[in-house]
Amino acid sequence: MVQESFDVERIRKDFPVLSRELPGGRPLVYLDSGNSSQKPVQVIDAMRDHLSLHYSNVGRAHHALGAESTEAYEAARDKVAAFVGAPAREEIIFTKNASEAINLVAYAFGNPLNTDPRFRVGPGDEIVVTEMEHHSNIVPWQFATQRTGATLRWFGVTDEGRLNLDDLDELINERTKIVAVAHQSNVLGTVNPIAAIVARARQVGALVLVDASQSVPHKPVNVAELGADFVAFTGHKMVGPSGIGVLWGRAELLDAMPPFLGGGEMIEAVWMDHSTFAPIPHKFEAGTPPIVEAVGLAAAVDYLTEVGMPAIQDWEHHLTGYALAALSEIPELRLIGPRDLDSRGGTISFTLRNRAGDPIHPHDVGQILDDVFGVAVRVGHHCARPLHLRFGIPATTRASLYLYNTTDELDALVRGLHHVQKVFG
Amino acid sequence: MIAESMYQELILEHYKHPQGRGLREPYDAEVHHVNPTCGDEITMRVKVDDGKVADVSYDGQGCSISQAAASVLHELAAGTTVEESLAVVDEFTRLLQGRGQVEPDEDVLGDAVAFAGVAKFPARVKCALLAWMAYKDAVVRSTR
Repeated sequence: MVQESFDVERIRKDFPVLSRELPGGRPLVYLDSGNSSQKPVQVIDAMRDHLSLHYSNVGRAHHALGAESTEAYEAARDKVAAFVGAPAREEIIFTKNASEAINLVAYAFGNPLNTDPRFRVGPGDEIVVTEMEHHSNIVPWQFATQRTGATLRWFGVTDEGRLNLDDLDELINERTKIVAVAHQSNVLGTVNPIAAIVARARQVGALVLVDASQSVPHKPVNVAELGADFVAFTGHKMVGPSGIGVLWGRAELLDAMPPFLGGGEMIEAVWMDHSTFAPIPHKFEAGTPPIVEAVGLAAAVDYLTEVGMPAIQDWEHHLTGYALAALSEIPELRLIGPRDLDSRGGTISFTLRNRAGDPIHPHDVGQILDDVFGVAVRVGHHCARPLHLRFGIPATTRASLYLYNTTDELDALVRGLHHVQKVFG
Repeated sequence: MIAESMYQELILEHYKHPQGRGLREPYDAEVHHVNPTCGDEITMRVKVDDGKVADVSYDGQGCSISQAAASVLHELAAGTTVEESLAVVDEFTRLLQGRGQVEPDEDVLGDAVAFAGVAKFPARVKCALLAWMAYKDAVVRSTR
């Protein structure tokens, strides 16, 4: 078994925060990586080194530091491109986060500057999302449909927390311009069948955007094999820094799209009354980019590659199985998401009642877990309010796992939940 | 353990056995307040007679802090004058917004002093204040 050779204790030593104590002598049990992951010393050192010795602006600084900084920034693009199997390095656009990446794509639709018919949207056209999307893959499309008069439609979610594909052929039809779907749900842990969606979209000539924020950090993802047209993800969930996200897109589409933000470095030439624009990727990188963050992301990619994405996936699979079994033994705990390990990642959301069957609010659950046991989980709707409405609940408690978590930590979660039930019994 | 300073026995007692819960007739004003960050919500009715709070009735859903705060409010406000009850609301607000640095006036607050620990948890202050802000709003509307 791969997970038996996975040296989690060695990995934990790379993450300084994991050995700190919280006030009151509590150990930290960090089960909130789906929200944002912790950073290994390799990432911290790479960023400190760049800030200390190599920092200057990129692209436009014609001196030694300018060359070093530009080289490091562009090397980060190469590393990210290789990490996700991008056919060309120019197809990797650095953004502020995954939200900006999705907004960038949504902005291209119905934009008068865009003459490519694939992006022409108006009344009668349709944009398709799903009920399990993060708000960042819903709201930009609401904007797009409000701007253009197009109709927003969505796939429903089954009681088991799977995408309901029964009406696949009806939902994705000749009127569909783009389908925007999460690779893995940030609440349910569900991994969606992207291939089936892409296949149907191809039949009707619709584009496909995949929000891979919750998958790229946790398993090997190859954008070419995924088959979508756009893939968005973010640095801070994959042991990299916050402040940098990634959009991968097919070069010919990115070439056809209008710039998103205007500013320095995205231009070719500027006159007082008009401008021409740089080729991709710089067309979409207006202003001074997240330079040190790119260096950090490159170090994160190196780190994950060295540990090995297949090994990380196997370890998380092992942890998820352990967690699902342990949580299923807690009476009055209702899992929101698939119970089986098939096509499922290590994001585990649930509601909890006391032994008398009265609901315990997730805020109370999270507070006791944190304050008594040092267990950090996320509570609330996790930026997926429509999904919670679908299940008729205001909020859930969510444990999200990563390569540095252990079964001991999952035991601590279970002990904590039993204690919560006692406090609110 | 920090949480024990927040989940005082009195708070848990009110949460498990809320006082005066349920919407009642007659009433002068009804308000509905929500806390968008966590989905806590409360509907509150107030009946005022001759400057006296004849009844405070409420219904809602949310965390233990928000629900217990509504129950304690009912106990403190019902039967007092509007003026007295608003003085308690002001002192409670001052305590909760004081980041744990405010010395509460126990004579004014009574049982509500149990919420002193909540003031140290910025994310939970709104939970404690939800019912109390709703009450203030309802009183203003009922005396207009």
